[in-house]
Amino acid sequence: MMASSYNAKEEDANHPGAANHAGAGVVKSKKPDNTAFKQQRLPAWQPILTAGTVLPAFFVIGLIFIPIGIGLYVTSNNIKEFEIDYTGANIDNPCYDCAKNFSWNSTAQCVCAVTFTLEQPFESNVFMYYGLSNFYQNHRRYVKSRDDSQLNGDRSALMRPSKECEPYRTGEGSPIAPCGAIANSLFNDTLQLYHIDSNGTLNEIPLVKKGIAWWTDKHVKFRNPGGNNNLTVAFQGTSKPVNWKKPVFELDPEDPENNGFINEDFIVWMRTAALPTFRKLYRIIQKKPSTTPTLPSGKYVLNVTYNYPVLSFDGRKRMILSTISWMGGKNPFLGIAYITVGSICFFLGVVLLIIHHKYDNRNNSADIPN
Amino acid sequence: AHIGVGISGQEGMQAVLSSDYSFAQFRFLQRLLLVHGRWSYLRMCKFLRYFFYKNFTFTFVHFWFAFFCGFSAQTVYDEWFITLYNLVYTALPVLGMSLFDQDVNDVWSFQQPQLYVPGQLNLYFSKKAFFKCALHSCYSSMVLFFIPYAAMHDTVRGDGKDVADYQSFALLTQTCLLFAVTIQLCLEMSYWTAVNTFFVLGSLVMYFAVTFTMYSNGMFLMSPSAFPFIGTARNSLNQPNIWLTILLTSILCVLPVVTYRFLFIQLCPTINDKIMFKVRQAKASPAPPPRRTRIRRTSSRRSGYAFSHAQGYGDLVTSGRFLRRPALSRSSGLTNAGRTTTGFSPMGRSAGYSPTGRPQNAKVSDVEVTSLQMYRTITDPSL
Repeated sequence: MMASSYNAKEEDANHPGAANHAGAGVVKSKKPDNTAFKQQRLPAWQPILTAGTVLPAFFVIGLIFIPIGIGLYVTSNNIKEFEIDYTGANIDNPCYDCAKNFSWNSTAQCVCAVTFTLEQPFESNVFMYYGLSNFYQNHRRYVKSRDDSQLNGDRSALMRPSKECEPYRTGEGSPIAPCGAIANSLFNDTLQLYHIDSNGTLNEIPLVKKGIAWWTDKHVKFRNPGGNNNLTVAFQGTSKPVNWKKPVFELDPEDPENNGFINEDFIVWMRTAALPTFRKLYRIIQKKPSTTPTLPSGKYVLNVTYNYPVLSFDGRKRMILSTISWMGGKNPFLGIAYITVGSICFFLGVVLLIIHHKYDNRNNSADIPN
Repeated sequence: AHIGVGISGQEGMQAVLSSDYSFAQFRFLQRLLLVHGRWSYLRMCKFLRYFFYKNFTFTFVHFWFAFFCGFSAQTVYDEWFITLYNLVYTALPVLGMSLFDQDVNDVWSFQQPQLYVPGQLNLYFSKKAFFKCALHSCYSSMVLFFIPYAAMHDTVRGDGKDVADYQSFALLTQTCLLFAVTIQLCLEMSYWTAVNTFFVLGSLVMYFAVTFTMYSNGMFLMSPSAFPFIGTARNSLNQPNIWLTILLTSILCVLPVVTYRFLFIQLCPTINDKIMFKVRQAKASPAPPPRRTRIRRTSSRRSGYAFSHAQGYGDLVTSGRFLRRPALSRSSGLTNAGRTTTGFSPMGRSAGYSPTGRPQNAKVSDVEVTSLQMYRTITDPSL
């Protein structure tokens, strides 16, 4: 009943610590600090979506995206590309016989010649790709089936490959080097290009096989065990992958920088593709020092050593010749997408501007209900 | 009930022990509801909506990728990204939003109590809101997968080498995802303190720092099987069409959200929109201070404060005596004749009022009347 000097804070403080405060002079207040942080008054930027910010943003985006899209589209259109399918699925395809008569045990190599004509000359460096379709290099079991330690030259991993490589881990009693399904399915067709000039003579076009893999792959990720020399000795005790015709140290015996695990075709293949239709760099045709085009227009012959069967899973193989620009190969999608999105933005900006003009009077604070 | 509130006081601490919130004075209830309760509801709902959105988007992309990887459950992103996504890259920004977000400050919350209505109507997070969030995630995931898919389909780098490999595609998709969800968070946040800004930008910087570190030579050589993505960041992030793809994807993900919200603000603004607009106008042109007219005081009503901690006034209220008004207006000083037979006195234990109604101290005179009976409410037209 005595309530003359009732003070809530003191009571709270006194109750638990009444005994302790006999000696202390000051009772600590439980009031929180009156700082901006604790009282949630921090200085802040509070943006809201007003017409003054949204509409200019839409117009700016539209005005930026459309020129970018046009630039991309024009660049993509200027890239020259030529593609030819040489799977041999139909009887009128030159490689039909090779495809039909393929068998794993045959030692004789089947060669087929595909002729084609280039309408326009190709300038500057021309890149030769092989493309595969319906080949799922992104399948989970396939992607896991490799041993990066072994490919990095680790000797213990060379002799005891990772379990992920199963069932391509050991063969003929010894560990497989390189192990795994990715290595086992290495693309081993050989492509050669000849130009038929006006006299009818075949001129072989020089193809460069170095410089097709990423620098980091070639120099850091892939290493031969025990250095690049004496690979036959280094790989002793291992066996070749099941579906290969030659062991790994015979991939390129003339060039020790391109033999063994650091063979660039092998490295390019081991970089698994993201989608079922992909292309991988095979060779580079260097540009000529004079002003003559690298590949003049005319007739060409592609000689294919058909070693890689794809018809069993309805896959397709193709050879692609392409020039390159700053945005890569020929892909008009990005240009078209930018133009589309820019136009939609601009159109939306106009529509929202009209709506804003018509309905802006309603959004006033006068009609806040009380 | 949603929460239990206990008042700590003379009756003991039992209510405090068994309630969710407790304080000592009833007036704090207003602040608890209109400021803290409202903010808490707002933050909770924004947090939930955004959290569901970012995780649904993250996961739905795998659904689309399944059609292109032979339904083999291959992940679109790097495994390390999947581990660190909820832990490092998007944890702090969401936390910042949940801790600091406010739509209007506490002063405005008091002045506009109708802002409390959305909480009562359960507007911010209901089945409908959840469904809208799921739909938005579905759209975002389609954009996040199919635009990189089409951009990377059969493409190569600027020097002819590979860029459509699995690792570059994973890096591209995860970067697009992170940018898209970060921009979405920026749209959700309506209160950008320095802490929030630091969290958001810091998380993005952290992503790039961690990615470049994990894809570096050193980490690979330490453990080749754990860090197989070596060189991917260096070789793909220097390609202009990768960055153009990221820009396009992020803009396309948030464009419908901005359009939808802006349309709603224009066509049918909610109470929140109107008040936030008003706040902004008030900040831009501060209102002149209210003109104070001199309040005509006939008696010092303020002395009522002397009674504020005294014994309760239940009997006074029910008696109705406080409704009576004096016939003449007086300045100070009263004679006994002016006082009615109410039996009050300005001094004493209960400051003149006795629960029994009998005069306590009829002898007091020459004292200014200070009891509650003289209290009148005055409405100031300028307020």
